[in-house]
Amino acid sequence: MLNRKFIPLAVTCCLFFLLFGVGSIQFEGFGTPRVFFNLLSDNAFLIIAAVGMTFVILSGGIDLSVGAVIALTGVVCSILISKYQWHPLIVFPVVLIGGTAFGAIMGAIIHYYKMQPFIVTLAGMFFARGLASVISEESIPIEHEFYNDVSAFGFEIFGDAWIGSSTIICLMVLVVAIIAAHYTRFGGRVYAIGGDANSAALMGIPLAATTIRIYAISSFLATLAGIVYSFYTFSGYSLAAVGVELDAIAAVVIGGTLLTGGYGYMFGTLMGVLIMGVVQTYISFDGTLSSWWTKIVIGGLLFCFIALQQVLVRVKPR
Amino acid sequence: MNSTPVLQLKGIHKIFPSVHALKGVNFTLRAGEIHALLGENGAGKSTLIKVMTGVYQRDGGDILLDGQPIFPNNTGDAQALGVSTMYQEVNLLPNLTVAQNIYLGREPRRFGLINWGKVNRDAQALLKGYDLDIDVTLPLSSYSIAVQQLIAIARGVDMSAKVLILDEPTASLDADEVQSLFRIMRDLKARGIGIVFVTHFLDQVYAVCDRITVLRSAQLVGEFETATLSRTELIGHMLGKELAALGEHKPQTHSGGGDALLNAQGIGRNATLSPTDIQVCKGEVVGLAGLLGSGRTELCRLIFGVDKKHNGTVTFNGNTVNFNSPRDAISAGMGLCPEDRKHDGILGQLSIRENMILARQIKQGWWKFISRKEQEEIANHYVKELSIATSDIEKPIEQLSGGNQQKVILARWLAANPSLLILDEPTRGIDIGAHAEIIRLIRKLCDQGLALIVASSELEELVAFSSKIIVLRDRQKVAELEDDAINPQRIMQAIASN
Repeated sequence: MLNRKFIPLAVTCCLFFLLFGVGSIQFEGFGTPRVFFNLLSDNAFLIIAAVGMTFVILSGGIDLSVGAVIALTGVVCSILISKYQWHPLIVFPVVLIGGTAFGAIMGAIIHYYKMQPFIVTLAGMFFARGLASVISEESIPIEHEFYNDVSAFGFEIFGDAWIGSSTIICLMVLVVAIIAAHYTRFGGRVYAIGGDANSAALMGIPLAATTIRIYAISSFLATLAGIVYSFYTFSGYSLAAVGVELDAIAAVVIGGTLLTGGYGYMFGTLMGVLIMGVVQTYISFDGTLSSWWTKIVIGGLLFCFIALQQVLVRVKPR
Repeated sequence: MNSTPVLQLKGIHKIFPSVHALKGVNFTLRAGEIHALLGENGAGKSTLIKVMTGVYQRDGGDILLDGQPIFPNNTGDAQALGVSTMYQEVNLLPNLTVAQNIYLGREPRRFGLINWGKVNRDAQALLKGYDLDIDVTLPLSSYSIAVQQLIAIARGVDMSAKVLILDEPTASLDADEVQSLFRIMRDLKARGIGIVFVTHFLDQVYAVCDRITVLRSAQLVGEFETATLSRTELIGHMLGKELAALGEHKPQTHSGGGDALLNAQGIGRNATLSPTDIQVCKGEVVGLAGLLGSGRTELCRLIFGVDKKHNGTVTFNGNTVNFNSPRDAISAGMGLCPEDRKHDGILGQLSIRENMILARQIKQGWWKFISRKEQEEIANHYVKELSIATSDIEKPIEQLSGGNQQKVILARWLAANPSLLILDEPTRGIDIGAHAEIIRLIRKLCDQGLALIVASSELEELVAFSSKIIVLRDRQKVAELEDDAINPQRIMQAIASN
């Protein structure tokens, strides 16, 4: 018998294959490796951000600053590269360290001042978005040899399916995250805090260090998502990626992670993003539907998944 | 049992902003003994345990583990030193598997990654040692509380425990589960582990414990050998009066006066109270005596309609009544000051005035709003009448001392002109001066014709004002004492009789 805890994940996977199957039957050229791998490369930045969000939500928190951090990263990268002529390989470590520190500070405030993650990361969101706008209200183009090389890098598999640099980065992040979540003591602590922070503390889990690390990881990955995002746009813009944090939260929940923390799988988050991507692809293949239908379908799915989780939580095992 | 002390606490003090919770308490635990820590609510048991386990830091005194002073800053520290705790409300993680719970934070690793195969195998083997053959890969929440407690003990002991603290472990277990817990406790004792056992079931104390330490009012009463301490003596130590020193207070008798105001016949509720009779006349104080968990509070809640009674009938003021909620009881003319003032009684951020008018407003119905002027009159009247120490009736009630908060709650009910007032532990956690005043107040109210039911664990206090005392034990009424029969000794005998 299927273990109860895998039910939401199984539902998510089935749903993805169902949607992909329906699209493949209905439209020619839908059910191809090319479309599938495009889902990955188009949504690579979202997958990276959602992986960070998964750690946060597993611990029972939330991070609303993700979209703003992505925008700030883009703006800082473009300024340093285009205006100050830094090499991207120097810029990236600098912004990644800065982003990680930003998350660590939010985590520290959440832990030491016993503040709601919602309000702390909301403040972080305004701060990052505001800072990006202060640096530049205009979109700043990035022109650098390195960006052209990165964008061109990649290889084809299964005929015409393309694996580019952003896909490679996002898959690497995913693998490391799965290992971290399920095969390290740190991962166990994240689940423990999400299950019951009070009990976790009584069992000797270091709450401060774990909370700070969780938010540092989330912001680190948001910054990395910002870098990957700039590979698509070749620019930095302070109003980019508005609402991406909400897409990430939606992907995590559709991926089967309980919003109150403690239950869920990293792999589910990948499936969550892919489901959102496949809905979008379906609508663009259809051609007659407004692209806003994506949001409506995602809204409906979210509702169903939250209802499913409630049922699983309420119905006592055995 | 050998006599080497494994854990020694010497002269421990703990001071909170509002209360001195431990006043120089000593406690000695030997290796290979089961040591009961007893005391009524508020005696300081849980504070003492939290000091031992590093949840609180002591404000004075020494803790010696194997003769070495220790300074645990948190439970993690205490665990690392060898002091493990198991709480009543199993503090494990329901969302993780059994095996994860046992090895959380110390999972065996291979090449830096957790070796889940070994985690599960080790957990399975460890639990076998406790006669527990279960699937350790299922979430903890799949198992009963009793099994979860064993898992918690297994985890604690496996973390090289020298000292195991069991805080009310039997409260939610049935008789068989209690027996298997005792078997394991004896096993662990034979392995040389010192066990601190906190409970309020005296039978269990006599069943497994070697020695007993009793606390009362933040102080050590004494340390006793279980074998040489009688039940009556033990209850005397817990409830606070040496048998000899009693009998100064003459109960004020008012019985024989009016008709029965409240007449409850056989009221009870499955699993919380066996059918019980209670009659209260006008101008009479009926005391409810018994240890913690004996059913005192449950009886109060049933009469007031907080919990719905499953059987029995109640007549109040000559009418048969069937309260569905406290609101019905309030409308009929009852009031209840609950045991836990902080949680159930005061609305901390509201002012004294707002707290006082609540019950009267409920009784009148919300459409008939009490005017601001009238509210102020009520508040000023009772501040004077009950001599509540405050500068201003608009002060938030949480800024008052415990005794004054209690008086405000009393005023709340008096303002609603009840004919019967139920006080559950009215003097808990308030200082001696205020204590005497509350008792004077109770006497005065009863002279004015009010009927009162007072539940208290302080026998001396009950004897001082009750004209009738109902003694409860193990959730049933075991005795009813009237007039001359009321004295602490009789009450204690009734509680202890088995």
